[in-house]
Amino acid sequence: MGFMKRGGSHEGLLHPHMFLKVILPLGIIIGWEIIAILLNNEFILPKLESVFAVLLSPTADILGYGNLISNAFTSLERVIFGFLIAAGLAIPLGISMARSAYMHDFFDSTMQLLRPIPPLAWVPLALAWFKIGLASMVFIIALGAFFPILLNTLDGVKSVKRNWIESAEILGANHRQVMLKVVLPGAAPTIWTGLRVGFGIAWMCVVAAEMMPGTNSGLGYLIMSSYNWGQVQVIIAGMIVIGLIGIGFDYLFKVIDRRSFSWRVLER
Amino acid sequence: MTLAIEHLSKQFVKNGEEPVESLVDISIEVNDEEFICILGPSGCGKTTLLRIIAGLDHPTSGSVRIDGLVIDRPNRKLGMIFQDYSLYPWRTVVENIAFGLELQDVPKEQRSATIGKYLEMTGLSEFGNSYPYELSGGMRQRVAVVRALAIDPTVLLMDEPFGALDAQTRNKLQHDLLDIWGKTRKTILFVTHSVDEAVFLADRIVVLTPRPGRICEIIPIDQSRPRDRTGVEFAKVRRYVLDMINQPKWTIQ
Repeated sequence: MGFMKRGGSHEGLLHPHMFLKVILPLGIIIGWEIIAILLNNEFILPKLESVFAVLLSPTADILGYGNLISNAFTSLERVIFGFLIAAGLAIPLGISMARSAYMHDFFDSTMQLLRPIPPLAWVPLALAWFKIGLASMVFIIALGAFFPILLNTLDGVKSVKRNWIESAEILGANHRQVMLKVVLPGAAPTIWTGLRVGFGIAWMCVVAAEMMPGTNSGLGYLIMSSYNWGQVQVIIAGMIVIGLIGIGFDYLFKVIDRRSFSWRVLER
Repeated sequence: MTLAIEHLSKQFVKNGEEPVESLVDISIEVNDEEFICILGPSGCGKTTLLRIIAGLDHPTSGSVRIDGLVIDRPNRKLGMIFQDYSLYPWRTVVENIAFGLELQDVPKEQRSATIGKYLEMTGLSEFGNSYPYELSGGMRQRVAVVRALAIDPTVLLMDEPFGALDAQTRNKLQHDLLDIWGKTRKTILFVTHSVDEAVFLADRIVVLTPRPGRICEIIPIDQSRPRDRTGVEFAKVRRYVLDMINQPKWTIQ
C-alpha cells in the first residue's frame, strides 16, 4: 500500500527526499517559463503569470462560460451523481456475485465482456440513447466507476475469512447478521479501495463527457470552449484545477482509509 | 448435559471420482464436564469430526445429539475455537467478546458485566481496548476462548487452538485452559496432534487412526491435575499413546 510508505516527506523541506521531490516540478515550471518567453506566443504556450492570473481569480467570469469555481462544482455534482449510481449498483452486485456461485456464473461472462470497453467508447451510444445532457454524462461516469467498484467488492467479499463467518454462525448469527456484522465490515477496506479508484476514473470521465457536443457547463466544457477561443492559459488553468480536485478527493479517500481500515494492513 | 456421537461416518465426494472416506463409524459418549482430547495425525479427519459436532459440516451417516437434539446446524450450546483467524480484526478485544452477546440483543449493562467477569478471569482486563493485531498469538487465542465462553455454551469445541503457538506459550495456555475449565465447568472436546498436549489435558483421549479416521482406542487418564509433564506416570501414558500411534500398520499407509 502506497500510503504506508512514509518516505522523508514529513521530515521538513531540507531533507534530501523532499529536495528530490521538488526538483522535477521546479525544472518543468522554469523550463516552461523560459520556452514561453522564447516562443512569445500565448496561443501555443502562455506564460506562467497568465495561467496564475486565471487561477487567482477563480470567481471571475471566463468568456461568458461562468467562472472556474462554478464550473468545477457543476462537474463535481455530475461526477458524484454518476459515482453514487455506480456504487449503488456495483456493491450489491459484487456482494451477491461473491456470495453465490449462481449469481457469479450468471453475471460474470457479461461483465468480462463489457469491462474492457473504455467508457469513452460508449459516448456515441450514450448520445443516441439519452441525447445530449445530464443523463448521457452520468451514464458515461457511472460506467467508468462501475467496474473498479465491482471488482474490488468481489475481491473484498472473497477475502472475508471462512473462520470469521463460521465463528459468527457458531455464536448464533443468522444470515442477515453474518452479512452486516462480518461480511460487510470484513470487505469494507477493499470496497473502499474500489470506491477510491472508481471515483478517480469517474472524475476523468466527467471531464471527457463534458466535451461531448451540446454541453454548456463544467470544467471539460470550459477548457474545450477556451480552445475554440485560443485561450490556452484558461485551458492550462482548467487542467490544473482538474488535477487538484482529483488529488484532493484521492487524499480524502486515503485519509478515511487510514483512519477506519488500518486493521487490514496491520493485521498481516 | 448429554453429548452423544453415534456411528458417525463421513465421505467426501468429488466430481466424477470415487468417494473418499474421511471418518468411519465414530461413536463417543461424552460425559458432563468432561475434558476429551481427540488425537490423531494430520489428515485423519479430526477437524472434520469437530466441525460436524459443531454443526458446520454434515455427516454422511450417523448423528450428533446434544440433550437429545440432533445437531445439523450451529447451536449456541456448542462453542467453537479455531486455530487462527477467528477474531474480527476491526473490533477491539471487548467488541470481539461482545459479538455473541450483541447477536442476542443482550442489553449493554449486562453485556459489560459478563465481559468484565471473563476478562478478569483470563487476565485480559488491561487489553480490553486493544485490537487483535496488537496482541500476541497466545493473547488472541485467550480472547477467542473468552468470546466463546461469553454466550455461556455447554460444550467448548477446540480445533488445535494452540497449534500455531510456541512451546512456552502453549504450555501456559494449556494450564490456563484447565483453570478456566475448573471455574466454568464446561465440557471440552479438544482436537490436537500433540500427544503431550493430550496427556496433559484430557480425562479421556480418543485416538484416531490415519485416514480414514476410525477410533483406535479411547484411553482414560485418571491422573490428578496439575499433571507433571516430567513425571514418571506422565511419561508412562505418553509412551503408551506414542507406541499405539507408531504401530507398523499405521505407518504403511
